[in-house]
Amino acid sequence: MKHVKTLNTKLQNTKVGNQ
Amino acid sequence: MVHQYKMGGYNIVMDVNSGAIHVVDDLTYDMIAMYEDADRESIFTELETRYPEQAGELDEAWEEVTELIAAGELFTPDNYESYIEEFAERPVVVKALCLHIAHDCNLACRYCFAEEGEYHGRRELMSFDVGRQALDFLVENSGSRRNLEVDFFGGEPLMNFQVVKDLVAYGRSLEKTRDKKFRFTLTTNGVLLDDGIMEFANREMDNVVLSIDGRKEVHDRMRPFPSKAGSYDLILPKFLAFAESRGQKNYYVRGTFTHYNTDFSKDVLHLADLGFRRISVEPVVAKATDDYAIREEDLEPLFREYEKLALEMVRRAGTDEDFTFFHFMIDLTGGPCVAKRLSGCGSGTEYLAVTPSGDLYPCHQFVGDPDFLMGNVADGVVNLPLRKEFSQCNVYAKEKCRECFARFYCSGGCAANAYNFSGDIRGAYDVGCALEKKRVECAIMIQAALAAATGKGEEHEAI
Repeated sequence: MKHVKTLNTKLQNTKVGNQ
Repeated sequence: MVHQYKMGGYNIVMDVNSGAIHVVDDLTYDMIAMYEDADRESIFTELETRYPEQAGELDEAWEEVTELIAAGELFTPDNYESYIEEFAERPVVVKALCLHIAHDCNLACRYCFAEEGEYHGRRELMSFDVGRQALDFLVENSGSRRNLEVDFFGGEPLMNFQVVKDLVAYGRSLEKTRDKKFRFTLTTNGVLLDDGIMEFANREMDNVVLSIDGRKEVHDRMRPFPSKAGSYDLILPKFLAFAESRGQKNYYVRGTFTHYNTDFSKDVLHLADLGFRRISVEPVVAKATDDYAIREEDLEPLFREYEKLALEMVRRAGTDEDFTFFHFMIDLTGGPCVAKRLSGCGSGTEYLAVTPSGDLYPCHQFVGDPDFLMGNVADGVVNLPLRKEFSQCNVYAKEKCRECFARFYCSGGCAANAYNFSGDIRGAYDVGCALEKKRVECAIMIQAALAAATGKGEEHEAI
């Protein structure tokens, strides 16, 4: 992509921020 | 839900419900901001006016935005509320205890939870027998969980060091007989620290927390001896030696900033320049009436300080001046599952504090408040309604959290802060929330800058 760089790609798939 | 902000030269787009983080150009940044409130034609008309030199790129940018939406990485809906119901219904397992090994202290810190170390005149040391019962309680209530955590806290734990040593030995004996693994942590103000204690801690403590606020005048203002003399000169050389003796790992120097040092980035960098590599400097928790409390008018200067610190950390990254700042640590590719992110810290259920006499409280900040007494180490948790209240204290139970972009990183914040400022553990501490949101933004900006420096994140690849 030219306009977007994504740092990471899904919380919903994972059955505090650094844990 | 999407949150957008600009910092450090980066246009950052957080897709809150998927966890995806995007860095975009100005054109796409504005396009995403308008996407939900206008149609394609009117968005293009507006953007052609703003970015005439990029008019030929509008279709391309639009296609990229719609591709992200189709991939579930932009404008993702929140479908997690049902998760939390199942999480709350799980049997309660105790994972960690905070042992108030000494309700006594040799300093008179002005912001101490414990009335400048005085404990309302009720100084008390935990006996080995109470500590032993606490470890037994933890093992008995830990279910099949193997890893258990115990913090030696205070007051000043080194004022009761023999009991600390005896309890560690008892814990090690339980490891063999009960197939458990204890992770011990020691917090200290450093006054009684000596080579023997360091050697013991380096052998037995998975983590040590060393209390120092930063610059000498800042530290000594808030952390004097009862005689009013400062403690900085006594503790600093010992802490430097301690950090080195641990190989600059598994420790934090931990400071507190107040209304009197809203330029706290100087304190963080002072500690870093002294040679400490693992640093946490955190806002004071205080009553609004305390002269040193953080106020609404302090927020803008504090936001600037966090940004200044984040940019300096980017500059130092990968050099021998590099350091870790606790509140900017963020794991964008790992981290816990969504159920954990929504359910909070575990206080009152998985985590309990134990007083020197063996009473149980939801965490160290509730100790001494009779409304939050949960039981004791002999009888266990007997205040089951209170435990249930804490088990149901999650992001969806807090109105202000439901619409907050930081909820998956903050997890609903601190129940004790919420209670102290709103009278309800499901309330919010607005000043604390504002600072947490700023820290999350800074932490993500640092990740964006590091990705740019290493060339990662190109072409929509995961880092």
